[in-house]
Amino acid sequence: MISSIVIAHLVMALCAPILARSIGPRGYLVMALAPAVGFGWLLSLAPLVTGGGVYTESGVWIARLGVVVEYRVALLQWVLALIVTGVGALVLLYCRWYFDSGANPRTMGVLTAFAAAMLGLVTVDDLVLLYVFWELTTVFSYLLIGYDPTRRANRSAAVTALIVTTTGGLAMLVGIVTLGVQAGTFSLSAILATPPTGTLATIAALLMLVGALSKSALVPFHFWLPGAMAAPTPISAYLHAAAMVKAGVYLVAAMAPAFAGVPGWRPAVALLGATTMILGGWRALRQNDLKLLLAYGTVSQLGFMVLLSGFGTRASALAGMAMLIGHALFKSTLFLITGVIDHSAGTRDITRLTGLARQLPVVAVVAGVAAASMAGLPPTLGFIAKESALEALTYLTEAGGDGTGLTPMLAVLLLAAVVLGSVLTVAYTLRWWWGAFSDKADVEAVHLHRPSVGFVSAPVLLGTLCLVGGFAGEPLTALLQPYAARFATGHESHGLALWHGFTVPLWLSLLAIALGAVLFWQREAIARVQGTFPKVVGADELYTAAMKKVDSVAVEVTARTQRGSLASYTSIVLAVVVVLAGGSLLFTVHWPASIRPWDYLPQALIGALMIVAAVLAATSRGRLRALLLVGATGYGTALLFLLHGGPDLALTQVLVETVSLIVFVMVLRRLPKYFTNRPLRSTRWWRTVLAAMVGASVSLLALVAAGARVAEPVSVQYYEAAYSFGYGKNIVNVTLVDTRAWDTIGEISVLVIAATGVASLIFLRSRVQRVRPREGDSSFGARGMWLRASGALDPRSRSLIFEVVTRIMFSVLMLVSLYLLIAGHNAPGGGFAGGLVAGIALMIRYLAAGRRELDEAAPFDAGRLLGLGLGVSVLSAVAPALLGGKIFQSYDLTVIIPGWESLATPWGEWTLFGEMHLVSSTVFDIGVYLIVIGVVLDLTRSLGAGIDIQSEQDQAPVPEPESTRTRPALASEDDRITRYSTHGGGAPGGRGSTR
Amino acid sequence: MSPNVTLAIIAGALVACGVYLITERSLSRILMGVMVAGNGVNLLFLVASGAAGGPPLIGVTPKEEMSDPLPQAMVLTAIVIALATAAFLVTMAYRSFQLNGHDEVADDVEDTRIRELAEADEASDSFEEIRFTDTGDDVVSE
Repeated sequence: MISSIVIAHLVMALCAPILARSIGPRGYLVMALAPAVGFGWLLSLAPLVTGGGVYTESGVWIARLGVVVEYRVALLQWVLALIVTGVGALVLLYCRWYFDSGANPRTMGVLTAFAAAMLGLVTVDDLVLLYVFWELTTVFSYLLIGYDPTRRANRSAAVTALIVTTTGGLAMLVGIVTLGVQAGTFSLSAILATPPTGTLATIAALLMLVGALSKSALVPFHFWLPGAMAAPTPISAYLHAAAMVKAGVYLVAAMAPAFAGVPGWRPAVALLGATTMILGGWRALRQNDLKLLLAYGTVSQLGFMVLLSGFGTRASALAGMAMLIGHALFKSTLFLITGVIDHSAGTRDITRLTGLARQLPVVAVVAGVAAASMAGLPPTLGFIAKESALEALTYLTEAGGDGTGLTPMLAVLLLAAVVLGSVLTVAYTLRWWWGAFSDKADVEAVHLHRPSVGFVSAPVLLGTLCLVGGFAGEPLTALLQPYAARFATGHESHGLALWHGFTVPLWLSLLAIALGAVLFWQREAIARVQGTFPKVVGADELYTAAMKKVDSVAVEVTARTQRGSLASYTSIVLAVVVVLAGGSLLFTVHWPASIRPWDYLPQALIGALMIVAAVLAATSRGRLRALLLVGATGYGTALLFLLHGGPDLALTQVLVETVSLIVFVMVLRRLPKYFTNRPLRSTRWWRTVLAAMVGASVSLLALVAAGARVAEPVSVQYYEAAYSFGYGKNIVNVTLVDTRAWDTIGEISVLVIAATGVASLIFLRSRVQRVRPREGDSSFGARGMWLRASGALDPRSRSLIFEVVTRIMFSVLMLVSLYLLIAGHNAPGGGFAGGLVAGIALMIRYLAAGRRELDEAAPFDAGRLLGLGLGVSVLSAVAPALLGGKIFQSYDLTVIIPGWESLATPWGEWTLFGEMHLVSSTVFDIGVYLIVIGVVLDLTRSLGAGIDIQSEQDQAPVPEPESTRTRPALASEDDRITRYSTHGGGAPGGRGSTR
Repeated sequence: MSPNVTLAIIAGALVACGVYLITERSLSRILMGVMVAGNGVNLLFLVASGAAGGPPLIGVTPKEEMSDPLPQAMVLTAIVIALATAAFLVTMAYRSFQLNGHDEVADDVEDTRIRELAEADEASDSFEEIRFTDTGDDVVSE
């Protein structure tokens, strides 16, 4: 059931944006249903839980890992879950009026999701899941505090709250893991039933305490909570008063029965709790902002509650629980009333509010009741809780410290600290009520618009409960006693009641009230005294300084490691290759036993030419010259492939080299003739040394790697596999389309991406070009012309011979490409080679008669070809799976065409089709083929036709005479916009501009 | 296995020339460097694949005399990808000329700014000083 309620919350949260848009703030009424249902269901558990029973619920979450979600609701969990859902429902209800000017969809959703996380936190039994919910509340709190990210106050408060509480949370996680490992289980109830002992367990418990203290904003983590008041008031009421900050108290209260006795726990809880109580109260006295005053008050009260819940005697545990309930009621009332005042009067500044008691009498009375509860005045719940707390602390002054071993002196000090805290509480409570409602002589009357009944209903209800609780001492005692009985140490409490007689706690209460009143009466004198106190470095300042240090260390490290120069990055990478990979040569013993100078002598001759070409390319200043020399190394590589025994490789390499030459020349025609000279000089020698060392490392590593090869190559089995599974005789092609087809899929995807990248760099907006209809275009030649689009060209740039050859060659090349595609399975060729040949045929059409001729030859968008090819490939891969086979499984099909085996000619018998052997993986190769054509077409369209168009529109770069630069060409406004965005500087003058 | 020294030397030389070009600033020279080094690396596959042999075609070459087909398939993939990469780089160089009039890869200005910050011992731009005054001026909203 808890799972369902949590999930219901989350579903609601997801619906929040829709609701907020359609019905506005009324969406909160719907949101309130989730916690309200949860509250109702929890109430139905009352007979079980108050009878000492435990509600458990578990469900398998991740079966394979054995992760089980187990919820376990005992008394403590039940009380907290009631607070979480009850206050949650009322706060969401209240939000409907608080945000009446417009509901922020995100806030609505996150607040509801927070309620879910909170409910999970207090009911889940698994510590790891508890941590997950714990951090979820932190994240939601971050989002809620930072609800308006444009405001500095929200941003920094949200970040501070996040960092402080997650730091504590991480400590807690370490504690959880240690404790879980020590105990052999992560179940909280199991750990508490048989707590592990020893140093590690002690440290683990203390680490969990750190997490709890950070969440509950105890010293030294207290400073995030006042900052968190930047959130809207209902959120502060729920997160930072009633629910989230109570998570720490809950954890302390849950662990105390088992761990209060571990070394360090009680001193930490007592010292930090009392310090926080006094510090919070002291600071609250100074506040003029009603909400901030309450925030410091909350810090103070949280210290008090952690002290009581964590100290671990029966009486203090009972008082802690009573205080927990009392605080949730009165603090949420006070926050919500602050929100009402803020909303109605437009301010919550004490110095500007006056006369509200007369204008809002009901609110003032309810606020008075809640304030009385906070101050510990009878007859409220706060009073009876504080009485029981003082009673618990007086027991500590007895011999033996009520079983805790506390010395009398320390016990008296602790009692005095709590009384002092109570004095301050009384004083700031008076200040709050006086500041909000009283008549102030020297303040202008505020203009007030009346809050609606619905708006005040939630605080009125909660405030009433503060009063009712005061008279419910007996049932409350009965309810909470079983929890207190789980502690082994200390007296049993007298119980919660308005009247125990003239006891020490009563006198102490009266003393606190009287002194508090004096403190409030003499507030101006006190303020002067406060002003004289020396300023000490606060935890908040330490935090700020630490954050600043982290940031500046990051700046230093970045400045040292991230130089921003591509050349230096590549140099570093390459230097690492030399040092680590090359350096390993010094230590290897696996040098080859024998070497061969060459397989064939021509290898050495071709190699010598290639090396000369490469060196010249590296030192050449001319762009075209360097390109041709690079091409020479490429054709040389093709020859070496051929000599080595790789006809497929050689074929593909020659075709690729040709295509890239044409592509580069198409671009180079618009670029300056020479490279820039500038960077050559300064770093030339360093680069030469690096290059030589990398080259030497590579050669030697190649020898060692090849020499170290002892196992039989995996490809030995390809010989049989190629024919028996791939049904092909060309092992390389079978490898590409069958054995290692996944590689090929990856590769053709890269091709598609690269081609798309090229097209988008040229066309910027859309790759789809309008292919102009030729009908009615007089520039097109007659049907009988060799190339019809050549009519559109300048007659001086036409070449008739070229046109004639193109016309004849085109068909031949297309046939050859189809032959290569089909034959590739058994003979050199395949989709890559075939596609490249077809692409070259298209390129020749473009070169002969311009871009219109290219459209004539391929009147479609290259993107469609790419998409079609990818589709065919993927389909051919998946189809076998649909037919019951495996992905990429190949099938063969033999087709015999009778009568067509051969053709008798005068020159002998020519073999025709005869027995055709079709293999399904050819379909995959067809996909590859289409993609390769698409790539070449796209390159030609972009770098050929595209650059032509840009030249015509004066958008192509124009080389400047006697220079290595071009005149940047930016004719259109569109391009200028693109220019700014490509520089990453945003719009001119925008934030983060790098200029 | 005894490796082919000639091929190893050619591969090393091509890689060295490529490295020399890659550490340049001009994008078109970097591109040429990538292409030359790419050819060198493809030759490394030949070194690794053992002795030269006949083409790996069943029925044409006996099994024992065949060159190793697997590295060939890998190189074939590499060749075609190199074409696509090179085309993309050359287009970037073109675009750089179109926009800036040159194709030099400039140093990142953002990194220069970070260096200036480090020299001035300052925090980054995104850092916000957080103050919590008791008056609440800085923290309280609405």
